[in-house]
Amino acid sequence: MSKMPSITGQDQSDIFTGTSTPSAELKDARSVKGTPSAALPAFVLGEELAALADHDPRIAVLTADLASANRTIDFKARHPERFFDFGIAEKNMITAAAGMAASGMIPFAATFASFCALLGAEQIRTDCAYPRMPVRVIGHHSGISMGFYGSSHHATEDLGMMRTIAELTVVCAADANALRAVLRASLDRAGAMYIRLGRGRDPEVYPEVPADFSFGRAIRLRHGRDLTILATGTEVRPALDAADALDAAGIAARIVDMHTIKPLDEAEVLAAAAETGAILTVEEHNIIGGLGSAVAEVLAGRSPVKFRRHGVPDTFAPVGPPPALYAHYRLDAAGIAGVARELLASA
Amino acid sequence: MKKSGRNISEEFLAERARFVRLETVRLSRIAGAGHYSSTFSCAELFAALYYAHLRVNPAEPQWPDRDRFVLSKGHAAIGLYPILADLGYFDPQLLDDYTRFGSPFGDHPDMKKIAGIDFSSGSLGHGLSIGVGMALAARAQGRALRVHVMLGDGELHEGQVWEAAMAAAHFRLQGLVAIVDRNGLCIDGHTEEVMSVEPIEDRFRVFGWETARIDGHDFKAILAALDGLKPAGNGKPQLIVADTVKGRGVERMEMSLNWHVGTLAGSDYGDVIAELEAGLKPSRHREPA
Repeated sequence: MSKMPSITGQDQSDIFTGTSTPSAELKDARSVKGTPSAALPAFVLGEELAALADHDPRIAVLTADLASANRTIDFKARHPERFFDFGIAEKNMITAAAGMAASGMIPFAATFASFCALLGAEQIRTDCAYPRMPVRVIGHHSGISMGFYGSSHHATEDLGMMRTIAELTVVCAADANALRAVLRASLDRAGAMYIRLGRGRDPEVYPEVPADFSFGRAIRLRHGRDLTILATGTEVRPALDAADALDAAGIAARIVDMHTIKPLDEAEVLAAAAETGAILTVEEHNIIGGLGSAVAEVLAGRSPVKFRRHGVPDTFAPVGPPPALYAHYRLDAAGIAGVARELLASA
Repeated sequence: MKKSGRNISEEFLAERARFVRLETVRLSRIAGAGHYSSTFSCAELFAALYYAHLRVNPAEPQWPDRDRFVLSKGHAAIGLYPILADLGYFDPQLLDDYTRFGSPFGDHPDMKKIAGIDFSSGSLGHGLSIGVGMALAARAQGRALRVHVMLGDGELHEGQVWEAAMAAAHFRLQGLVAIVDRNGLCIDGHTEEVMSVEPIEDRFRVFGWETARIDGHDFKAILAALDGLKPAGNGKPQLIVADTVKGRGVERMEMSLNWHVGTLAGSDYGDVIAELEAGLKPSRHREPA
């Protein structure tokens, strides 16, 4: 194995279920269970769904023994009668969500991406997408964000798998406000949906909830004429930071949040090709099957353009803290900027 | 509006079960092949459920307070379609194009195309989880309906069934009723030789279910079990294991491994029609494997 970068110490307390704090000092057990470090942004999933459910009796929330890690516990606190913990039984959770949807509810079923999108793939296809049930499957801690928990807990295949399921909306939220926008917009969307999140506590991209969020319509975050970086989910923030670095080197990069992987905003892809002449896709996913593949399908035979898919190569990631993995795969800002320069320098 | 406990005679139900079998043979000929034997085993169960038990309203298929029926063993849909047509959910003539290009009616049922189908099925092991979700939704919505899920016995091999069984008991879904068509066979052989499922009742009981075991071809027993079901509420989910004979009603198909999917060629078609029209004879396989 090649020498690994010596980066350690990232706060991974978002999935902690205990601390060494003496319990006698704590008034409420919940303040121990799953309470992450104050250094991390809030995971707004449960809180936002609870607020929506105040006005929408159709909303139910399901999880698979991860109510603290994904903060659906915040929904439970406000709407206990519409919160269901299915234990460590993801397939049952997803299919039961479809049963609820058939009875007029809008269930949001959340667990680690590896366990809903991979373990529950057939349930998502057969019970949610095929009968067009408005089930929202939320795969959090996707990509390699689980770091040292290893490949069993990584999900670098989920976009590829979900993207081939007919009539399924596949969307990635870049940060907390993007997640709020996705959840709000999802209430009016027909059919099933896969919502991909990073840790749920990802660095800010949107200071406010994007006002005109619409599935299938990409958001142009930064203008530029030298190349376009089409990023999704957790890679939007480092792509924006990479644009700063490129700017300092005299390269103006257009940055686009390609939040919806399906249906893909083909017009935005073709505009990027025509107007900037170079496209770099960036995703926390195997380079096979995800955003890069989707963009390639649009470009093939239609638009000659410099093009590179950037993500996790077709391999299982080594163990390590997430920042070390991002650096290893050049998925941090410096790495993305470097790959962008290579693309522009290529013949 | 249909209600349970109507004055339905056993003779009428037996005639409807015969109708199910005859229609299964007719429709299979249109398709070129069919799941005869898995449908014949549950013909009496279908007839009892739809003509004497389920609170449904064919004039309003989406009536929110209706009882639900999930055919988890979706390959028996060929026997359910004729009942739905007979009850008025759709024009019976639509079945004349069964499985033809563009038909709403495939080997496995599609809820988006067929009125009266409460959930699409075909992939075994999913239906009980669907039922769990429907029962939870009914509770959240304050609806006192029951959700009935019919499973095959070989289907019990699927692990998701036991995830659902655990959840149903945990959530105290008394309104959830599982009916296992215990016809003894899966495709490769007797279930107890391929992958044993017995003792079914004991297994569900330790998962926290109320259980009953009946002769699934005897209308007295079927109706008694259905009439004895508790209403929706907070309590144990309810299981009925119905001992049946796979292929019941056609001697060559009874407990035969050759007829899970088959086709009746030449004079066999007419012979089988005649055999079914004559009505059920005692089966030499009455004691299930």
